[in-house]
Amino acid sequence: MKATRDAYGEALLELGEKNKEVMVLDADLSKSTKSAKFAEHYPSRFFNMGISEADMIGTAAGLATAGKIPFASTFAVFAVGRVYDQIRNSVAYPRLNVKIAGSHGGITVGEDGASHQGLEDLALARVLPNMVVICPADGGEAYRATLEAAKWEGPVYLRLGRPKVPEVIPADTSFKIGKGMELNQGEDLTLVSTGFMTGIALEAVEELVREGVRARVVHLHTLKPLDEELIIKAAKETGLLVTLEEHSIIGGLGSAVAEVVSENSPAVVRRLGMPDCFGESGSPEELLDKYGLSVEKVSKKVKQLAGEVKHA
Amino acid sequence: MLTSQEQEHLQQVAREIRKNIMIMLNRAGSGHPGGSLSLVEILTALYFHVINVDPHHPAWEKRDRLVLSKGHAAPVLYGVLAKKGFFPAEELYNLRKLGSILQGHPDMKLVPGVEISTGSLGQGLSVANGMALAARTDGADWRTYAVLGDGEIQEGQIWEAAMTSAHYRLGNLTAFLDYNSMQIDGRIEEVMSPLPVAEKWKAFGWEVIEIEGHDYNAIIDAVEKSRRDTERPTMIIAATVKGKGISFMEEQVDWHGKAPSAEELEQGLKDLGYQQKEEVT
Repeated sequence: MKATRDAYGEALLELGEKNKEVMVLDADLSKSTKSAKFAEHYPSRFFNMGISEADMIGTAAGLATAGKIPFASTFAVFAVGRVYDQIRNSVAYPRLNVKIAGSHGGITVGEDGASHQGLEDLALARVLPNMVVICPADGGEAYRATLEAAKWEGPVYLRLGRPKVPEVIPADTSFKIGKGMELNQGEDLTLVSTGFMTGIALEAVEELVREGVRARVVHLHTLKPLDEELIIKAAKETGLLVTLEEHSIIGGLGSAVAEVVSENSPAVVRRLGMPDCFGESGSPEELLDKYGLSVEKVSKKVKQLAGEVKHA
Repeated sequence: MLTSQEQEHLQQVAREIRKNIMIMLNRAGSGHPGGSLSLVEILTALYFHVINVDPHHPAWEKRDRLVLSKGHAAPVLYGVLAKKGFFPAEELYNLRKLGSILQGHPDMKLVPGVEISTGSLGQGLSVANGMALAARTDGADWRTYAVLGDGEIQEGQIWEAAMTSAHYRLGNLTAFLDYNSMQIDGRIEEVMSPLPVAEKWKAFGWEVIEIEGHDYNAIIDAVEKSRRDTERPTMIIAATVKGKGISFMEEQVDWHGKAPSAEELEQGLKDLGYQQKEEVT
């Protein structure tokens, strides 16, 4: 069990040692985003920008123009939405080599409530030209994703989470930006998931097997560029895709998958995620359950959808 | 102090840049003359006397950097870069045209010599800070210059950046404020007063120098003074005249974002001392 933000902090340490061009910025949240470890080890390459996210993004852009590889870290809710125009005009448009890490993504922020639960960041980042959008499933993948983001030439948004999550992606899996993965076989339907919801999907699959439903899990750690081939294959082979994300069902993974399927290989797509509403305070477990994203709720819903589609 | 020969040379360059601004805006049919003309002396002094750039090697690592935060003044930047030899002057005829490198606002991926894409106001000072931090991290002695509009400092991000420049003691950063007192909707103090300007920058920890922004000696002296303060960023508040040099544009808010017609171009060229139809040079 490891939080993806912890893995991010560890990967930054490795990057700090290997590449002197890597710089890290934070907006007074370094203890939470886990960039503080980098600050401790490489103080001359860490800049705390205070509570000023817009300035942080602009400063990162300036560093990138001079050949640096800046990682700007803050909460997901601030990392994209609050500074959207700065990212659009100072980073994405000039295609600068800026990495933006949004920790505390999604509803599992928990008790802090709606103001701090980034549920729109993937949608906002995805619509920007030149932007790569990554949402790793577990600590190991977040570590590999951070290293790959540093190698990628251009802007990257890396979405991380607050809670500790189980390791579900085999540790020896190589991370390739834009390349999704089939985590098991299954012909009845496909669960297409991103972020830590992939762990939920895998657990739900076990429940479903007991009910006689064989579900495939396609994990998409990269929302952009999207692995369209893998989605089309799943659409053709299973006919029903259920998307799972800790994000609004509008504009994120669900929308991305629906776009690909509707244009390439029509199949039934159902989106599970946050409905069109803000979150609220509660424990991560309570919130996942309330909004239908717990293992139990997901498997129940998927079984129902499988039945409906079969009889339609 | 500049020699009289140096001063004459700068004046000659500035006159041609004003001419080019008028011609390119007339051809484009839209754009921003007022805030371009107010910056002619500042950018001419910087590019032809102060900053170290190589038009044949625009990406030369040790070059000085200039951030035009008020990106709508693209015509003056394009005029100066063309004159400096970054691209052929004839390209100026393509300003704002489909397929041109000269977009309505500067695009660093298209125009040699443009250090950062700008246009959405309030963002350039943060970027300049990033450049200055990069230079300092590398122990490099190139310098970063930023040019801000006076209306632009109404953007909150400017003050976030102002804190950062002082907090990180960016003595390798020199900024100019093009204090022409006007923005699209009127005089700055009427639209949303940023006054008192000098006191604000001082309070944010900057060295502040107030000058007349069309005076070459004042511009160059201020830059030299800013270089001597290695612990603090410097803001050179340059009092300028919006539309400077063109009789009917001077201090006229309406000329913020409007192109001159053929007749207005003719009058403008006369104001600059040209007697006949001119080409960009």
